[in-house]
Amino acid sequence: MRKHLPPGVPLPAFVLLVMSLAVVIGPLLFPPSYDLPAALTYSPPTLAHPCGTDLNGRDLLLRILNGGRISLLVGICGASISLLIGTTYGLVAGSARGSIDNSMMRLVDILYSVPRLIFILIFINAFNERLQVAANNQGWEWLVGSSRLVILILSLGVIEWLTMARIVRGQTLTLQERSYVAAARVLGEGYWTILWRHLLPNLAGIVLVYLTLAIPSVIIDEAFLSFLGLGVQAPQSSWGSLLSEGAASINPLRSAWWMLLFPSIALLTTLLALYSLGDAMRRSIGGKGH
Amino acid sequence: MLRRLASLPVVLLCVVTITFFLIRLSPGGPFDSERKLPAAIEQQLLAKYKLDGPILRQYTSYLGDLIHGDLRLSTKYRNRSVNEILAQTLPVTLTLGATALLIAIAAGVWLGAFAASRPGSLAEGGALAVTLLSISLPSFVLGPLLILLFSIKLGWLPVGGWSTPQQLLLPAVTLAIPYAAVIARLLHDSLRETLAEDFVRTARAKGLSEHAVVYRHALRVAILPVVSYLGPLAANLLTGSIVVETIFHIPGAGGFFVNSILNRDGFLLGGVVIVYCLLLVLFNLAVDLSYRFLDRRIQS
Repeated sequence: MRKHLPPGVPLPAFVLLVMSLAVVIGPLLFPPSYDLPAALTYSPPTLAHPCGTDLNGRDLLLRILNGGRISLLVGICGASISLLIGTTYGLVAGSARGSIDNSMMRLVDILYSVPRLIFILIFINAFNERLQVAANNQGWEWLVGSSRLVILILSLGVIEWLTMARIVRGQTLTLQERSYVAAARVLGEGYWTILWRHLLPNLAGIVLVYLTLAIPSVIIDEAFLSFLGLGVQAPQSSWGSLLSEGAASINPLRSAWWMLLFPSIALLTTLLALYSLGDAMRRSIGGKGH
Repeated sequence: MLRRLASLPVVLLCVVTITFFLIRLSPGGPFDSERKLPAAIEQQLLAKYKLDGPILRQYTSYLGDLIHGDLRLSTKYRNRSVNEILAQTLPVTLTLGATALLIAIAAGVWLGAFAASRPGSLAEGGALAVTLLSISLPSFVLGPLLILLFSIKLGWLPVGGWSTPQQLLLPAVTLAIPYAAVIARLLHDSLRETLAEDFVRTARAKGLSEHAVVYRHALRVAILPVVSYLGPLAANLLTGSIVVETIFHIPGAGGFFVNSILNRDGFLLGGVVIVYCLLLVLFNLAVDLSYRFLDRRIQS
């Protein structure tokens, strides 16, 4: 590891740290009444409510922080799942080579040009009730309330692994040509040992970079679904569903601009920080591609 | 190439099968509502919409109808066929998508070439920062913000709707901007690499102007990664247009797609998905062909 952080890393990393702390600790600092319906509906930003209040008089800043919890949770978990799938798939394809590799990558090509999000949408809405029924029968109460969230995380993880698989596969192909891998092979080390001891540690850097870039993609996907009202559902909310409320509350007659502006700023800041962090890290290890 | 063409029916069959079973095997039917229908009426409805009998027979009979180009009836919009609904809404979605595609390519290529031909300058850094910002602005953030600014505060453009050319501008730009940024970054990286190659040095040595070197020689080679990104781009635009149509109240196929999920309107949903995938597969085929054409011309 290098001693100095590469240029372009400290600032976005700091922003992300502040954002995560705010999201995790922030909601605990509010008086409980801020999350309850109140008489003061659609109030513009004031000292008591720095981001204004919503249709039901709830404090918008608190809702943004709570929504951030969901958005970041979905982003991190979803991206980790996609990392697991993508790395495994890429490793297998890259180390198998030949016709297996060819057909595996052909499948990735096809999946790239299919509107995956559309299938996920159908999937989530088809299986949510089924999962709820199953959870009820098993007596898993924690799952009943958040079944939609769980299914959302799983399915988003299943669609964002393609880029990771491509990168890992390419890297695996190059690494296998290195002399230390050849040496290990000559020394009689088995397939799995080589995979585990020599290939995986050398892939860690690039995998970390693409994890950083996958998180914002998953956050965007989740916000997309929630914006359409097909993702996270009340009483839970995410930045996507807050944005959809914000978009619904601006019209020529009365525009509650804060309902749109503040959630936008929260989402934009987070995405920008994640993308620039991933980008800076990629440049520092000399990687290419998007 | 022939193998690609042969894989088209396979891909479509997979799409149809997955969609059909996802909908039919999920709990809740299209005629579930607060009031329970009498069994006889429900049976009649199911028969009318060919939803009775064993699931496998339903599936094969659906496939048979699809081969004849019949996408069946919508179960929500009673007495309207899916073909009819798509005939009305698909042109709208395609117009929006095609306009956005053109804007994304034009703006992306211009910005990418602009940045790459000024290496190390402030202009390059600025252009790259703009692309990073644009990638972080998905359409459901950008759209409402643009409406707030241009339609409500400034009053320059209409809030939404679909009858005049002005109403096309804001949604198409909203849809295009993040992808223009992706194209710009792709082109920037590949152009920077190309500009370091020997044939570019030769072109410069011949005394060609920098403009001619970049736009006539280097761009032809550097554009290839952008061309291969067009397939995924089209898929993203079709998906993205669902949100943009919702934001700008555009009567396209996207709104019907969302409603068909909420209403469990299986055949309408299936119709939209099948047509989307057919379009994308064909588009990818065209992109593939043009890629080969461009590639060969470079090699010869």
